[in-house]
Amino acid sequence: MKKLWITLTYLVFFLLLIAPLGKMVMGAFEGGLGGLGDALARPEALHALMMTGLIVVTVTVLNTLLGMMMAIYLVRGSWMSGGLRRFLNSIVDLPYAVSPVIGGLMIVLLLGPGSAVGAFFEDIGFKIVYAFPGMVIATLFVTFPLMVREVMPVLQEIGAQQEEAASTLGAYGWTTFWKVTWPSIRWAVIYGIVLTVARSLGEFGAVLVVSGNIINRTQTATTLVYQDVENFNVISANSVALVLAAFSVSLLLLMEWAKKRREVR
Amino acid sequence: MNTLLRHKGWTWGFRSTVLLYFVLLVVLPLLGVYYHSFSLGWSAFAESVKDPIAWKAVLLTLKLALVATMINVLIGTMIGWVIVRYRFPGRSLLNSLVDLPFALPTAVGGLMILLLLGPGSLIGGAAEALGFEIVFHQPAIVIAMVFVTFPFVIRAVQPLLEEIDPSEEEAARTLGASGTKIFFKVVLPSMLPGMLSGGMLAFSRALAEFGAVVLVAGNIPGRTLIASVFIYGEVESDNTAGAAAVSILLLTLSFVILWVVNFVQTKGKRA
Repeated sequence: MKKLWITLTYLVFFLLLIAPLGKMVMGAFEGGLGGLGDALARPEALHALMMTGLIVVTVTVLNTLLGMMMAIYLVRGSWMSGGLRRFLNSIVDLPYAVSPVIGGLMIVLLLGPGSAVGAFFEDIGFKIVYAFPGMVIATLFVTFPLMVREVMPVLQEIGAQQEEAASTLGAYGWTTFWKVTWPSIRWAVIYGIVLTVARSLGEFGAVLVVSGNIINRTQTATTLVYQDVENFNVISANSVALVLAAFSVSLLLLMEWAKKRREVR
Repeated sequence: MNTLLRHKGWTWGFRSTVLLYFVLLVVLPLLGVYYHSFSLGWSAFAESVKDPIAWKAVLLTLKLALVATMINVLIGTMIGWVIVRYRFPGRSLLNSLVDLPFALPTAVGGLMILLLLGPGSLIGGAAEALGFEIVFHQPAIVIAMVFVTFPFVIRAVQPLLEEIDPSEEEAARTLGASGTKIFFKVVLPSMLPGMLSGGMLAFSRALAEFGAVVLVAGNIPGRTLIASVFIYGEVESDNTAGAAAVSILLLTLSFVILWVVNFVQTKGKRA
């Protein structure tokens, strides 16, 4: 009985995860190492990877800082009434429930050339939609809950006593944060960063809608994969996908390593 | 310098920046979609939703997401059980692999399924010879949805299984209950909340999925065109009102699911 279940589990993993991944890796090497290199050295591939990198860095920095603050305010912010905090807490998760395509559509509606805000920025020569800022906003929207949701439970668990003790003893806000709060939420913030990087690296739907997928201008790595597949350029699609998959798998390993380290401590 | 750092304005500034960021980034765009789809009045909204291509896409999405969720509840419960209860070689590797679909970009997931099951591949060729069509047809959409939502049920069931008090099962065994009976009377009830909340999350994610599905679905209206791909098509053809109308159908549905999950979870914690 036990053997049967274990075999079944291996079978599911093999069919659903390992076989597709293996097939893609093999596909990327179909044209040999040279084919892989050629596909990645295309100017549009280099540009797409650079765009993805820029988006990942911008989004991770912004959402790490603001997400961490948001988590602290939601747990500790006694300057807000309890009702308001509960309300804000329940809407933090909304981006999870929103289809990425709808997320993109929202930004096009709100900031696109047809809207008042979009038209204003267009007039002063600053394009948002179908340009870099729009893509960053779309990714920010999609990844916002990740950091907040990682940090909040830790803050709730450690309680406010140590922080209160520190401020009673005369430590100022910054000192309390660096000496008391930060050491206990450090690992949660690291998880949050890993998750945010992984999610913004792989964001597709929202970015596709907002960027317009203009080659060499607003194309990211994921939208380039999409375009290559649509053009039946499978080897190139595989090569770019392999780079993305390698990054995601490394992030996954990093996460596992971080979890183990935290358990050991 | 220190007095400058300790000025009250800093605290106030931080608080308003963070809250403003949150409202502008999350709340305003959502209200924008609802506003946009109703800005031309109810009749225009009804008109967009009544379009047979639109409501067929929503229905198809619901149907396929439901199938994918049921598959996931079954295999997810099984895998969660095996990983928690049995010790076998490769167990911790499998446990780490569970999260792979979350880590991989969804477009890459779609591409992988396309390669494995596509017309040129071994499996795709065999299925075609037997008269089955997978890629560009409904089975491929279900597979893509199962792939993307794979971790939800497992990760919801695992902690519950770890928490079960072994003495309950021992008591049942001492009293002479058979293995099957113990499973259905003792183990399954404690896993049920996880199966439900994991299944709900998987369902809502499957409803929203775009990247993996757009690559493997044929996108034929009424047969393989799901709601998120329909919305994308409407945006591309500049019909934002139609896109917004279908969007708020999907959005409202997802919000209800999210709210139910939250409700179940907080209730479960109190009990």
